[in-house]
Amino acid sequence: MSKISLIVQREYLSRVRKKSFIIMTLLGPVLMASLFMAPIFLMNYEDDVVQKIRVIDESKLFTGKLLNSSSMIFEMDSTTLPIAKATFDADRHTAILYIPGNIVNNTGSVLLFFAKQPSLGMVTSIEKTLQKELENMKLQTRGIDRKVLEEIKTKVSVNTRKLTEDGEEESSSNLATVVGMIGGILIYMFIFLYGAQVMRGVIEEKTSRIVEVIISSVRPFQLMMGKIIGIALVGLTQFVLWIVLTITISSVATSLFIDDEMMQKQMEHRQSALGTTVAGQELEQLQDMQSSNGLSEIMSSLDAVNFPLLIGAFLFFFLGGYLLYGALFAAIGAAVDGESDTQQFMLPITIPLILSFIVAQSIIKNPDSSVGYWFSIIPFTSPVVMMVRIPFGVPVLDLVISMVSLIVGFIFTTWIAGRIYRTGILMYGKKVSWSELGKWLFYKE
Amino acid sequence: MILNIQDVTKQYAAHKALDNVSFGVPEGSVFGLLGPNGAGKTSLIRIVNQITAPDTGMVSLNGEKLRPEHIHSIGYLPEERGLYKKMEVGEQAIYLARLKGLSRNDAISKLKFWFEKFELKGWWKKKVEELSKGMQQKIQFIITVLHEPKLLILDEPFTGFDPINANLIKDELLRMNQEGTSIILSTHRMESVEELCSHIALINNSRKILDGEVKEIRKQFRTNTYQLEYKGNAIGFANSLWAGYELIDTEPNGEFQRARIKMLNNNSTNDLLSALLPNVEVHSFREEVPGMSDIFISLVNESNLQNEGGSHE
Repeated sequence: MSKISLIVQREYLSRVRKKSFIIMTLLGPVLMASLFMAPIFLMNYEDDVVQKIRVIDESKLFTGKLLNSSSMIFEMDSTTLPIAKATFDADRHTAILYIPGNIVNNTGSVLLFFAKQPSLGMVTSIEKTLQKELENMKLQTRGIDRKVLEEIKTKVSVNTRKLTEDGEEESSSNLATVVGMIGGILIYMFIFLYGAQVMRGVIEEKTSRIVEVIISSVRPFQLMMGKIIGIALVGLTQFVLWIVLTITISSVATSLFIDDEMMQKQMEHRQSALGTTVAGQELEQLQDMQSSNGLSEIMSSLDAVNFPLLIGAFLFFFLGGYLLYGALFAAIGAAVDGESDTQQFMLPITIPLILSFIVAQSIIKNPDSSVGYWFSIIPFTSPVVMMVRIPFGVPVLDLVISMVSLIVGFIFTTWIAGRIYRTGILMYGKKVSWSELGKWLFYKE
Repeated sequence: MILNIQDVTKQYAAHKALDNVSFGVPEGSVFGLLGPNGAGKTSLIRIVNQITAPDTGMVSLNGEKLRPEHIHSIGYLPEERGLYKKMEVGEQAIYLARLKGLSRNDAISKLKFWFEKFELKGWWKKKVEELSKGMQQKIQFIITVLHEPKLLILDEPFTGFDPINANLIKDELLRMNQEGTSIILSTHRMESVEELCSHIALINNSRKILDGEVKEIRKQFRTNTYQLEYKGNAIGFANSLWAGYELIDTEPNGEFQRARIKMLNNNSTNDLLSALLPNVEVHSFREEVPGMSDIFISLVNESNLQNEGGSHE
């Protein structure tokens, strides 16, 4: 036992001290945080440039209706289009907006002239403004008040309740999907990333020829398990550091860069994009919508997710899946002579993993399908598939069967891997076929 | 006997690696394990190191059947040997020593001693990949002997060393042998067998075909042939050999004539000399002892011929 712990220690320390580990650990959260932050930054940068637009309105319908916003200034101009075009000064104006006289009947005839390609956002924003104005005019001619229309607009959201023996329970379809899927993706990624590390580690020991020196002191199985466990700890360390650092970085960044002013600005921006005439009311509605239907909904459905179960199951399937595949990756590493030979043996490992990912997506649509049931029992796919199923509510019996079969599967693959491993690590310079691997299983020690 | 191998057989699928091999390694000996490539030497060594187990037969160390704890009293330097390239030399040596059962502090103090002896002191913090091949071999040797095993098993220990370092290793081996360590040497280099080994076993085609003390084996294979250099009348020389001796060949060698003579009947060397002395001036006289490499080649060829003959039956 102490020898296994020595091996685990070496595998762990030699990886954690590597520059690549430190860089990835630091870079990962920065990348993730910037993924969250980028849209906000981009939005603010866009705001910095004020677009001046010269408007030639032949319909005379929009006089005084096109309100300036923080990012766009409209200048009404009574000249004709040819003159405006001839005197266009790119330094003073970004673009010329031409609204023809027959805009009401021919809404496709609006033209925007420019020297530099305008952003898509600007075009959409102009389109929305004109659209809204025209709608308002049409509403007025038919005698409908805009306020009445807004009141008529209705949003229905269905709150799902699950009937159980204890009564009813708030369920959480949307959030379940997200939480389950994230769990599944993490397991999938972890198996691939760290399984491959196990394989590379075994190949390294084999090609550097240190393996025979070591297995004259420890059993091959101890060496294999020591490596698998050591790398699992490396992975867990990296995950924990990533989570801690991501939370730290994004909360620091949020408090530094996104102050109240910026939030205000964002609100204004959205408001100007939506149209300006009924600004106050809409802003209220917007806020209303956000608070009542967005956040509080998420918060309430968070309560409905059984977190202890979810986290417990995640850890179990996370480790179980990794151990099951880690042993197989180790066996491949032992069977080949270099990384370039791994392809033919990798395929049977990657297929069930990728399959589990595809099945996971179908489960989101139909959590109780028989496909979902079977794939969440089979140990090769259960780690990913079961993670996706759990937030939808899984009978305890299913969960127990799945866990037991994962443990059995893990013992089975480790047994197979151990046999391939102990023969393979001492086999140098030989191209190994599948039938050869089969024979190795039945070699006596 | 420090190591006893009894009727060991090992089968790999269609290939029999060892077929009923038995021999003993006397305590305090330097034992040469010889045989052509693929004869089964490495399979046997792996069984002794408990990397694999025999299908049938038994291996005992100091009279006890092999147990996992025994690996602590064996030092093994495999033919295919290496180190973690990215790991620091000192740290790696400590790790490998601890796997052999040494405590961390023991390992460090012993390593300090050996690193000094082998002039590796400045390399403790270096990564293995920065070391020359010879230095890596030295470190592997140190790791093999660090835990002061009773039995050392060395598979081609001298490959990769320049003559100076090979001598350094050889001297260390002889010193340890004098202090009581038994050594098994598996090698193709017959000159190191001649130089170091007191006992040998020869394995060919998974079978042991010869074992015993080197002196005895030599005696067994002696052909009663002598080499003699003389000055004088060649006819007189030939005439004096007419009874009880066979002149195999003769050729001039500088100012002398060299002749190879086989003793017939039970004549002694003194008889030969007294027959020759009246006729020629004897310059040198010695027995033509078969070299280990001659014995090796002739035995292997013979056993291969037998095998071929056997397969035709």
